[in-house]
Amino acid sequence: MAAQTCVDVRNEWDIVSARQLGRDLSKELGFSSVDQARITTAISELARNIYLYAGKGKVCIEPVKDVNRSGLQIIASDTGPGIQDIRKVMQDGFTTSGGLGAGLPGVKRLMDEFSINSSVDIGTEILITKWLR
Amino acid sequence: MNSTAFQVIKHNRLSIIERWQEEMSNFQEGERELTHVTREVFLNANTEFIDKLMAQVTNDHETISPELKDFFERTIQIGWPLNYITQGLQTFLRVTLQVIMDQDFDKEEAFKIYDLLDRSIDGLFNEIVQYTTHTWKNTISVQKMALLELSAPLIPVFEHITVMPLIGTIDTERAKWIMENLLEGAIKHRSQVVLIDITGVPIVDTMVAHHIIQAAEAVRLIGAKCILVGIRPEIAQTIVNLGIDLSEFPTRSNLLKGIEAALELTNKKIETLS
Repeated sequence: MAAQTCVDVRNEWDIVSARQLGRDLSKELGFSSVDQARITTAISELARNIYLYAGKGKVCIEPVKDVNRSGLQIIASDTGPGIQDIRKVMQDGFTTSGGLGAGLPGVKRLMDEFSINSSVDIGTEILITKWLR
Repeated sequence: MNSTAFQVIKHNRLSIIERWQEEMSNFQEGERELTHVTREVFLNANTEFIDKLMAQVTNDHETISPELKDFFERTIQIGWPLNYITQGLQTFLRVTLQVIMDQDFDKEEAFKIYDLLDRSIDGLFNEIVQYTTHTWKNTISVQKMALLELSAPLIPVFEHITVMPLIGTIDTERAKWIMENLLEGAIKHRSQVVLIDITGVPIVDTMVAHHIIQAAEAVRLIGAKCILVGIRPEIAQTIVNLGIDLSEFPTRSNLLKGIEAALELTNKKIETLS
C-alpha cells in the first residue's frame, strides 16, 4: 500500500494540490463519490485553516489499515499560533476570521474520526480518518 | 580573462570539448523531457552547445554572445529541461578544471585561472536564470489573464434573467471577481433573477459557500433574486455535513429547473406552439 504523501501548504494553490491528492488517493482506495467529496472537502477546510491562521504547514495523507477495515488518514499540522480554546472552535458558528464558523465542527461531521492537539504558540495538529464502508 | 587562462583553454580546446561531449552524452538518460528526442538531435545540440560556449569563453566577452544566448533561448523554448543548460555549464567548468590541473601550474596560478573562468561562467548562469524566470513569469501572467477572462462570465438568457456559470476552483481572488461581475452585470442587464450555476465547481467548502452566500446577499441588496443551481448530490451531502445553512436561499437541482423558476418569478412561461 502507498506510503504517506505530504503537501506543503503555503498559499491558496497548495490547498488545491492537497485536496487533489486526497481525491486521487480516496478514489484509488475505492471510496464512493460522496465519501470522496467528504474527504476532499475536509482536506480543503483543514488546509485552508493552515493557510489562514498559521501561514504555513503541511497536510499528510496516508492509507491506513485496522483489524477488519481500511481507510484514509489525514494529518494536518502547523507550527502556528495554536488554538486558545478548543471547545469554542468546535462549536458551530464560532469564527475569528468572519467566516461561517462551520469549518472544524463540519470536518468532524464529514469524517469518522477526529482528534485535535493544539498548544498556544507551538502549533496545531489535527488527525482525521475516514473508513471504507 | 587574463592571457594565461585564455591560452590554456585555447591550447586544450579539443581535449576540453572531447571530455565535455563524453560527460554530457549520458545526460539524455533519465530525463523525461528528452525521451522523445532522437539521439542524433541530442548529440547535435551538444555539439552546438559546446562550440558556442567555447567561442564565448575564448572570445573573452563581458556579456553573453548573441549566438549562445540564442541557443539557450531556443533550448528552453522547445521545452528542454533547464538543468540541461546548467549541467552543461557545470560540466564545462569541471572538465576545464581537470585540464588546468593536468598542466604544470603552481597552486596560485591555477587558482587564478580557475577563478576567472568561474566568474565568466557565473555571468552565463545569471543570464539563463534571468531569462527563464522572465519567461515563466510572463507565461504565468498571461495564463492568469486568460483565467480571469474565463472566471465569471454573466450571460443574459431571457429578459431580466441572467446566468453565471462557475467552473473550477474558487479562490479569494476569483470570489472577488465573481461578486463584482455579478453585481455589475445584474445592473447592466437589469436582471431580476440571477442564476448561479455551480455544476462545475469541484467542491464546496465553507469558504466557497461563504462567498456564494455573500454574493447572493449583495444581489438581494440591489433588488434582484439569486437562485443557486447545479448542486450535485455529493455536494449537497457535504454541505449538510458541514452544517452550512442555505435555507434562506432558493436552490434548484439544475439549470433547467432554475430557469423555469426564474421565468415564474418574472411572470413568464415557455409554451409549445400547437
